[in-house]
Amino acid sequence: MTITLEPTIHGDRVSLLRVLGPAHVWALGVGIVLVGEFTGWNFAADKGGALAALIVCWIVGLLYTSVAMIDSEVTSTVAAAGGQYAQAKHIVGPLMAFNVALFLVFAYTMLEVSDAILLGDTIVAKAGVEGLTHNSFIAATIVVLAWLNYRGVLMTLNVNFVITAIAYISIVILFFSVSPWTQGAVLKLNELVTPGNALPYGWIGVIAAFQFGIWYYLGIEGTTQAAEEVRSPARSLPYGTMAGMITLLIAAAMTWYVCASLMPWEYLGITYYPLWDAGKLTGSPLLENLLFVATLLAALASANGCINDAARAWFSLGRDRYLPSWFSAVHPKYRTPYRSILFLLPIALAFAFIADLNQAITFSILSGVLQYTFMSINIIMFRKKWPLGSIRRGYTHPFHPLPAIVLFCLCVVTFFAIFLGFGSQLIAMVAFYFLISLWFHFYRYKFVRRGDQFTMPWPKPQGY
Amino acid sequence: MWVALSYACWGISIVLALWMLYDWFKVDTTYTEDVLTSSREGELEAVSEKHRI
Repeated sequence: MTITLEPTIHGDRVSLLRVLGPAHVWALGVGIVLVGEFTGWNFAADKGGALAALIVCWIVGLLYTSVAMIDSEVTSTVAAAGGQYAQAKHIVGPLMAFNVALFLVFAYTMLEVSDAILLGDTIVAKAGVEGLTHNSFIAATIVVLAWLNYRGVLMTLNVNFVITAIAYISIVILFFSVSPWTQGAVLKLNELVTPGNALPYGWIGVIAAFQFGIWYYLGIEGTTQAAEEVRSPARSLPYGTMAGMITLLIAAAMTWYVCASLMPWEYLGITYYPLWDAGKLTGSPLLENLLFVATLLAALASANGCINDAARAWFSLGRDRYLPSWFSAVHPKYRTPYRSILFLLPIALAFAFIADLNQAITFSILSGVLQYTFMSINIIMFRKKWPLGSIRRGYTHPFHPLPAIVLFCLCVVTFFAIFLGFGSQLIAMVAFYFLISLWFHFYRYKFVRRGDQFTMPWPKPQGY
Repeated sequence: MWVALSYACWGISIVLALWMLYDWFKVDTTYTEDVLTSSREGELEAVSEKHRI
């Protein structure tokens, strides 16, 4: 027997639940990103030395501040699940939107895979037991978090808030435990970073370091995926995103300072656990264990947020029939996109078991940078089609078009840096997006209900 | 201890995966496809916001 209406359903539709506030938006954005402080950013030191890692920390920080500002303005106006996908659909067009949604799904799923591998490897490294593999820990990470996401967005992001806060506080505790105001007692920055070794490969090393400098902040734009589930999108999204960005800039600076003051750049650039190693090097078992636990929690928070975001992007594609509408089902009790969560679960597991960490990270970064490039073009078109005063904006970012230009230029530099390190993957990924675009244009788009996909109650754009 | 934890992880993963499959089957056989896929983008905004500058 099938049921057509049920008391848990509001009205005659089942939609995502609006239960989130600014703290959840912060937890989603910072939760996805913070793992980058525990591993990833430090490979920038391998590319260009410790000083290069600091230079890209600030320059890439500028890139992401632009991302956060631009995203806050557009998302506070286009408040729909799918985030940048919904923005692209309304502002640029369906083909761009389809590509952006795929960037999102790839970026978040590959990041989730990387997080699960990191968590498994960290436990195996701590255990030191012969024959113990990371597979069981990877499976548990992905399945338990998928289950949490399946059961509801409020609990998912409450959990993310708690574990992200613990991981963040552990960085603050480490920072103040090593007497950061005194050099020579624990920290030895002036001995480890000298004029002779600060930039061992010169300025080309700084350019190359951009590839991993992205890790300081990769994923903060994921806050927009919560747009359809926050109680007040116009207020919560800009507030949560900008607060998240400020939090991350502080965490990145503290992380670099402590790690570069405790480890030579040759080691810092190759370790998988810079903060955990920093905890060990202080000689305090308490700090060592705290940073071990914090590394695990940061990886969990990131994977949790990634499952949330990838599922919403996939769900949005189904809802507009860019993919079969079967994916757009919402659970009538938990009010989550349960089929999208379940569909992406075995894909993440498969990649986690067969892919190598570096490959997964590179695919995630590439998709992320493609998305940021789109955002710089998107905001120019948005302001041109709907100038200030023509539609209501929850937030208006300052200095337009400077952030868009800075973002675009930094994306070009980052593409060049990725090309230096992973040229073949970059070409393969661009070829993939080109082929899938052909499939969408010539085959799939005929299933889309063209009038239904544009949902924002906006006036006609200027020039149309 | 770590080996036992590893087995526990496999066990938890299998149990939760089976629970999700069961719940998926239950929901899909209880509700019609029209109800499950009835969510519409921007619906709340269209109803609640007058959109005046």
